[in-house]
Amino acid sequence: MTACDGCLRRTALLGLLAPWVERARKPNRRRLPEVLALSDDELIEALCSTKRAEVDRPLARFDPAHARASAEAAGIEVVCRHAPRYPRLLAHAADAPAALHLIGDGALLERAARDGAVAIVGSRRASSYGIEMAGSLARDLAACDVPVVSGMAYGVDSAAHSGALAAGGPTIAVMPGGADLAYPPGKRCLHEQLKTCGLAVSEMPTGMRPFRWSFPARNRIMAALARMTIVVEGTEGSGSLITASFAQDLGRDVGAVPGQATSPLAAGPNRLLSEGAAVVRSASDVLDALFGPGKRPVPAAGIGAAAPHPALAARLEPRLRRLLQSVETGIGSVEGLAEGTDVADALAGLSELEFLGFVGRGPGGDYVRRV
Amino acid sequence: MLARATTFTLLGIDGIRVTVEADIHTGLPSFTIVGLGDAAVQESRERVRAALVNSGFDFPLKRITVNLAPADLRKAGPAFDLALAAGLLAASGQAPPDRLAGHAFCGELGLDGSVRRVRGAIAMADAAATAGCEGIVVPPDNAGEAALVGGLDVVPVGTVRELAAFLAGDGPPVAERLDARDWLAADPPEGEDFAQLRGHRALKHALEVAAAGNHNVLMMGPPGSGKSMAARRLPSIMPPLSFGDALEVTRIHSVAGVLGPAPLVQRRPFRAPHHSISAPGLVGGGGPPSPGEASLAQHGVLFLDELSEFARPALEALRQPLEEGCVRVTRAQRTVSFPARFLLAAATNPCPCGYQGDPRRQCCCHPSVAARYRARLSGPLLDRIDMILRVEQPRAKDVMAEAEPEGSRTIRERVLAARAVQERRLRGSPAACNAHMTHAQLRRVANLEPAARAALHDAHERAGLTMRGHDRVLRVARTLADLDGSDRVLRRHVAQAVAYREPPPVLDGAVAGMLV
Repeated sequence: MTACDGCLRRTALLGLLAPWVERARKPNRRRLPEVLALSDDELIEALCSTKRAEVDRPLARFDPAHARASAEAAGIEVVCRHAPRYPRLLAHAADAPAALHLIGDGALLERAARDGAVAIVGSRRASSYGIEMAGSLARDLAACDVPVVSGMAYGVDSAAHSGALAAGGPTIAVMPGGADLAYPPGKRCLHEQLKTCGLAVSEMPTGMRPFRWSFPARNRIMAALARMTIVVEGTEGSGSLITASFAQDLGRDVGAVPGQATSPLAAGPNRLLSEGAAVVRSASDVLDALFGPGKRPVPAAGIGAAAPHPALAARLEPRLRRLLQSVETGIGSVEGLAEGTDVADALAGLSELEFLGFVGRGPGGDYVRRV
Repeated sequence: MLARATTFTLLGIDGIRVTVEADIHTGLPSFTIVGLGDAAVQESRERVRAALVNSGFDFPLKRITVNLAPADLRKAGPAFDLALAAGLLAASGQAPPDRLAGHAFCGELGLDGSVRRVRGAIAMADAAATAGCEGIVVPPDNAGEAALVGGLDVVPVGTVRELAAFLAGDGPPVAERLDARDWLAADPPEGEDFAQLRGHRALKHALEVAAAGNHNVLMMGPPGSGKSMAARRLPSIMPPLSFGDALEVTRIHSVAGVLGPAPLVQRRPFRAPHHSISAPGLVGGGGPPSPGEASLAQHGVLFLDELSEFARPALEALRQPLEEGCVRVTRAQRTVSFPARFLLAAATNPCPCGYQGDPRRQCCCHPSVAARYRARLSGPLLDRIDMILRVEQPRAKDVMAEAEPEGSRTIRERVLAARAVQERRLRGSPAACNAHMTHAQLRRVANLEPAARAALHDAHERAGLTMRGHDRVLRVARTLADLDGSDRVLRRHVAQAVAYREPPPVLDGAVAGMLV
C-alpha cells in the first residue's frame, strides 16, 4: 500500500463530490480536466460553496486507515502520485489522478510506461466489422507484448480486451467506477478475467458506482496511459472521440480504423483520418507508427489468431475464393452473397469458409471476414 | 310419463354419450334439470320452453324433471336443447317416442323454435356412429360436417316443427352423404403463392427445405422484411392434406367453433396468434378444456410472429406439443389430450429495434438490451427449431425484377418428391418425415459419406457447433439430401445445414470462438 493520506483524502473527496460534479457539468465536456485539476479547497468552493458543510463534515470524519483497510479487503492496491510506482505518463498532467486503484498485475503499468501501450476504443453498438477489427488488432498487438488499454464497455472495448486475452497478452481496463466494480454488470466475466490475467485501474474510491462524468474522466486516463489511441468505430459525438481529443491534447498519437464512408459508425474514425490521424488497417500499421517501420513485425501466425494466413486465401478453389472476396467487400447477407449462384451452393461454401476460419458470423447472423 | 333421448357432450375432441331422461308428473308446475349441467344447460329450460310454445306446442304445466346421465360427468353448452325438446315432446305425448331410441339429437334452440349450429357436430356424429345409433339429428348448418362421418343417417332439422315431423315419421329428408374423398381431390384454392414473393431467394429456398422435412424454422430479420408474408405462403408448398388428416383437422376446428362455411377443412391450417396470447390460449385449456392455437394448427403451420414478445409461460407450454405432437390438459377430474403436430414457423427481430446487423441502418439498442432480447429465445424452445434463417430487406432491383419468381406449384413438386422418399424410408414408424425422427432413427438413416462426417467434425471444431445442434444439423442435412435425390448425405448437405444454425449470442460483443 503506497498511498499518502492526502491523496487518499482527495480520492474520498472525489467520491463525495461526484453528485455535485454531475450537476455542475455543463455540456462542454472539455472543462472536466480543468475541474479535476483544482485543489481540494478550490474544488469544494467551485462545486458546492453554498452547502460546504455537507461535504466538510464527512470529509472531517475521513479516516485514511479505514480507506486503506477497505481497499485491501477488496483486493485493491492503491498507488498515489507521490509513490515511485505511479506511472510517469500520468504524473505530469495537472489533472492527474491523486491515486490509482489497481486490481491485478500492477507491473503492467510500468510496462505500459516503458514499452508504450495502445488504447483501443470505439462504439458500444459496434458492427461485426468493428468487433472483428478491434479483436484482431488487440490480439496481434498483445502478441507483440504491447499492452492494450481500453474501457471494458460493450462492443469495441470488450472485443479489444478479449482479443488481448486470447493472445495471452497484457491488457489494462480503466474502469469508470471503483476498480472492484464490474461495469457494465454484463461484463462481470470479462472483469474477472482482467483481474486475474490483466489489470483493472480506476481513480475512483473502492466500490463507487460510475456517474455520467466518470466516463470522460476515465477516458482521459486511458489516453494518458497509452502512447497511441486508436478509434475503431464511433458515430459523431461518440465518447471515443473524446478519448482521441484527450490524446491529441497530451501530444500522443491518434489512429483510426477506416470504415465505409456511408456508415454512421465510421463517421468518427473517418473524421479523425481527415484531420490527420494515422490510418490503422492492421496491427503492423500501429507497430510501425510506434516503433518505426519494420522494427517490430507481427508474429507470422499470431498467437490465438482466428483466420489462416491471407496467402492461403489465394489457394482456395475459385468458387470459395469468389465468395470470400464478396464477404471482404462487406456483403454480409446470404441473399447478397448468393447473387449469381445457387443459394444452396453459396450456403455450403460459406460454411466451408467458416470451417477454414476465413469468415465468422456476427450476432445478427451476418457473415464477416475474420482477420 | 318418461321419455329418453340420446345426445352427446364433448370431452376434448371426443363425443361422450349422454342420455336425457325427461319425466313429467302431476304436481306443482316446475322444471328442473339435474346431472351436473353448467349455466348454459340450466338456461336451456327457458329456451326449450319458449321454443316449444312459439312453435305451437303445449308446454306441460306439470312437474318436469330432466336428468342428464351419467350424472357424475360435468356437462356444458347449449347442444342438449334439441334432445331436451325431443324428450319433452315425447314425454308429453305430443310426438311418438319410437324414433327417439335409434337416433341422437344435437342442437341449440332459439326462442322462435329455430335450431342453431353447435360446436363439435362431427365429433358427436362420429361418437354416435360408434355407439351404434341409426342416425343423428343436427342443425342444418352442421349437416355437412356430420355427413362426413360414414355409417349413420344425418337428419338436418331447422325448426322444432321439423323435429316433431321427424319424430312423427315423416319430416325432412336425410342429408346426402358427402364423399369427401372426391371433394378433397380437387386442388385446394391457392390464395397465396410464392410467386408473389420477390427477391428472398435464400429465404424461399430455406422454406422449401423446411416444408420438405417439416422442420421448424425461425426467421430473424428487420421489421417489414417479408417474414410474415413468406410464412403465410408456407402451406402452399406443403403436401396436400390426406383425407384422414383433413377429417382430424375438421374435427378439431369444429370442436373449437372455428370451422368455416365449408364442412371440410381442405387446406393445411395456418394459425398466427398474436404475441399477447396466454399459455392456455396457445396450447389449450379452460374448463371444459378446449383446443388452443397449437391444436388448431394440427397438420399445418403455427406462425408465431415476434417470438421474443411472447410470454415465457406460453412459450414454455409449447414444449410438450413440439416434443410429443399432442397437448395434455390435466384437470382434477380427468386428462384430455388434443393432437398438436404442426410446423412451427417463428419470426423475430434480431434486437428490439430490429436493425442489428443491417448494413443500411444503425441499430439503436443498447447492447445489454439486445442481449436480453435474444436471451429470451434461448433454451428449450430453440432446441426444437431446426433452422434459423437471417432474413434481409429485399433489394429494390430484386423487387423490380421482370422475371416471374418460381410459383408454389413448382416448389411443391420438389417437396412432394422429397416427402415420398422420407415416407418410403420411415414406413412402419410413427414418424412420417425427417423432423419427427427420433435420435436413434436419425443415426440409422443419416448415411453420411466420409467427407460429410469430416464436415460435421469441422463444424464442431471451427464453427462452434454444439452437441445439441448436432442432431438438428443432421436432420436438415438429411432433408437436403432427399431434396437432391441423393441416397447419401454429402459434404455440401452438411455444410449447408450448418449455415442454418443459431448465430452467436450478442453478449460480450465478441464474435464466436473468441475468448470473452
